[in-house]
Amino acid sequence: MDLILDLQNVVKTYDKKIAVNNVSFGVPRASIFGLLGPNGAGKTSLIRIITTITRADSGRVFLDGQALNSRHPEEIGYMPEERGLYKKMKVGEQLTYLARLKGLSASDTKQALKYWMEKFEVTDWWGKKIEELSKGMQQKIQFISTVLHNPKLIILDEPFTGLDPINTNLLKDEIADLRAKGVSIIFSTHRMEQVEEICDNIVLIDQGQNILNGPVKAIRNSFKQNRFKLDFAEEWKGTLPPGFEVVDQQPNSLVVGLAEGGNSNALLQYLLGQGAQISAFNEIMPSLNEIFIQAVEKNHQPTKV
Amino acid sequence: MNKLFLIIKREYLTRVTRPSFIIATLVTPLAFVAFFVVASLIFSYESDDSQKIAVIDESGILKGALKDEKGMYFKFEQKPLAELRKNFKNSDYDGILLLPKLGDLFSKDYMVYYYTEGQSTLEIEDHIEDRVRDALRDYKIEALKLERKQLEALNTSVDVEPEPIEEGGKDATSLTSAIGAGIGFIMGFIMYMAVFIYGTMVMRSVMEEKTNRIVEVMVSSVKPFQMMLGKIIGVGAVGLTQVLIWAILIPLLITIAQVTMGFNPEQQMPMGPGAPAINPDDTQALVMAAMNEVGNIRWSLILPLFIIYFLGGYFLYSSLFAAVGSAIGDDMGEAQTLTIPIVIPVVLAIYIMIKAVETPTSSLSVFASIFPLFSPIVMPAILASNPPAWQVITSVLVLIGTSIFFVWLSGRIYRVGILLYGKKGTFKEFAKWIFYKE
Repeated sequence: MDLILDLQNVVKTYDKKIAVNNVSFGVPRASIFGLLGPNGAGKTSLIRIITTITRADSGRVFLDGQALNSRHPEEIGYMPEERGLYKKMKVGEQLTYLARLKGLSASDTKQALKYWMEKFEVTDWWGKKIEELSKGMQQKIQFISTVLHNPKLIILDEPFTGLDPINTNLLKDEIADLRAKGVSIIFSTHRMEQVEEICDNIVLIDQGQNILNGPVKAIRNSFKQNRFKLDFAEEWKGTLPPGFEVVDQQPNSLVVGLAEGGNSNALLQYLLGQGAQISAFNEIMPSLNEIFIQAVEKNHQPTKV
Repeated sequence: MNKLFLIIKREYLTRVTRPSFIIATLVTPLAFVAFFVVASLIFSYESDDSQKIAVIDESGILKGALKDEKGMYFKFEQKPLAELRKNFKNSDYDGILLLPKLGDLFSKDYMVYYYTEGQSTLEIEDHIEDRVRDALRDYKIEALKLERKQLEALNTSVDVEPEPIEEGGKDATSLTSAIGAGIGFIMGFIMYMAVFIYGTMVMRSVMEEKTNRIVEVMVSSVKPFQMMLGKIIGVGAVGLTQVLIWAILIPLLITIAQVTMGFNPEQQMPMGPGAPAINPDDTQALVMAAMNEVGNIRWSLILPLFIIYFLGGYFLYSSLFAAVGSAIGDDMGEAQTLTIPIVIPVVLAIYIMIKAVETPTSSLSVFASIFPLFSPIVMPAILASNPPAWQVITSVLVLIGTSIFFVWLSGRIYRVGILLYGKKGTFKEFAKWIFYKE
């Protein structure tokens, strides 16, 4: 697979605490990658290694096929969870400064700024100080500063907090646009419904370890429990043949669990044969939220005494 | 290098374009000059209400010797004290001066009494004491039949003139050390101020960046060490700008104040009661000699050294301030606790500097001029008294070496400190951070 970022057996310890414990995963190019995990799992430590803020004690990290080096920060855009801008600086000066620090030339900076400020309709704010802007406005500026230098890889830590629904959508569209242009995005959040919505692949980190990694669809498939929900147009009373377990029964609906190797068609055929009026038939897919909780709890069990 | 330059540029420009900086830079010299003018006015102020004083001269020897002067009128009265006191309210006198009988000509103490309503003022008392002493002196000269010329010959003014041992060695006058000391004091205090004002500026700015969380964004672009160094250099350039503007503006404004208001500070400064008025010709000669001495100082050598010590001292101390700033968030109280160990050597250095100016060759002065925590303040103060070359060279090398070491050391603390939240910085922690891997 074409990987923009490849982590191999990365270890990082602080003092005596192991923050990242032998983590390996790859981020496919031009995809949106969810970096998930409970608080204190080691996500920030991983991000700091990828952004070259710190160095791994052992293990290897490749960006676009090259071992991570001091020129790579220019190809990465990072928007930390705790937003930070110079409060007294004007929007235009601030963005120019941050882009120049990323190695962009003065003329390129000017062009990129014009493009992005027009795109986000913030050209009027050029001369305003950051402290004069609302939180949502500051976040837009922060996002522009993350993408201004045309990075290959963008790391967004909780990018939607504090944004209204309109701006959230604007940002989502922008992220999709960037992916379409070949940019890879690492997206870190605790909001699982957002991950379900926009991520192609995820890695779940807990206690410094990779406990779950893969495409979102495949993971959800692997966690499904072969359960189906049936809705009836009329009340249905009856029993099911062996191999089908009733998980939940309401007058007009039924949740059925299939035994290993069971076939959903067999269930439908049986019910239709019984003359049931079926108005809806769905496989129940586990939400990422459930998967997250399940995986983390399972990982914590061995440590419980 | 390019990024370091960008950081320096930002740190410099955001500060010098800030209205508060421009105001402070321009207002401080004005305040300084205003203080100077007001101080001169206060010292040269003399009460302008006239005083009429009744004098009872019991021995009758001072009659005519007390002359009216500067709003003080003496009137010799024949009436007894009791009567004058009784009618005091109806008289136009402001006070009654009683001059008792003089015991004998050789008595060295003479007490006179001044009766007045309410509090008598120091100014009046000084004036009376001066007048009576002069009058008494004249009377005693007459009475003892002394020769005035002989008396004046008794007062010999003695000056020590330093001379070099070797023939043709550099001849310093006594003025040299005085001028050297003066310049030394000024340099020492500029250093002291620079360390505090700009060192604290560095610290606050680091704290602000940490609290703002801008560091996270910054360190994903540049190395923490570049950030710290850029800030120290940028703020240092701000300091140099401000000090240079003050160095030009303050003398300029003082000159303007002198010319427009007709002040001559050397004559207006208080000389203490009874001090002889300075002869204007002497003053001029002194100023000329002083100017000459200032010209004699080896500026071509001393000025670059001043700059080296300024920069060395600034880098050394401001890097420590940066390290402290990185370890704390927005807690100024904690900042104060952690800055105490930085402040103590600076304050000690000032005291040593004051002593070293008087005795530039004492072992304390030599030690302090080499010890890097003191040398930026102490050495500039004794440079004008020509310390031996080995001492200067050792001192400069030690200072440069220590500054580089401290900047490196602080960088190690800084890179850990700025990314750490919620953990309190202690000196034990600092020691650990220094040895952290990247």
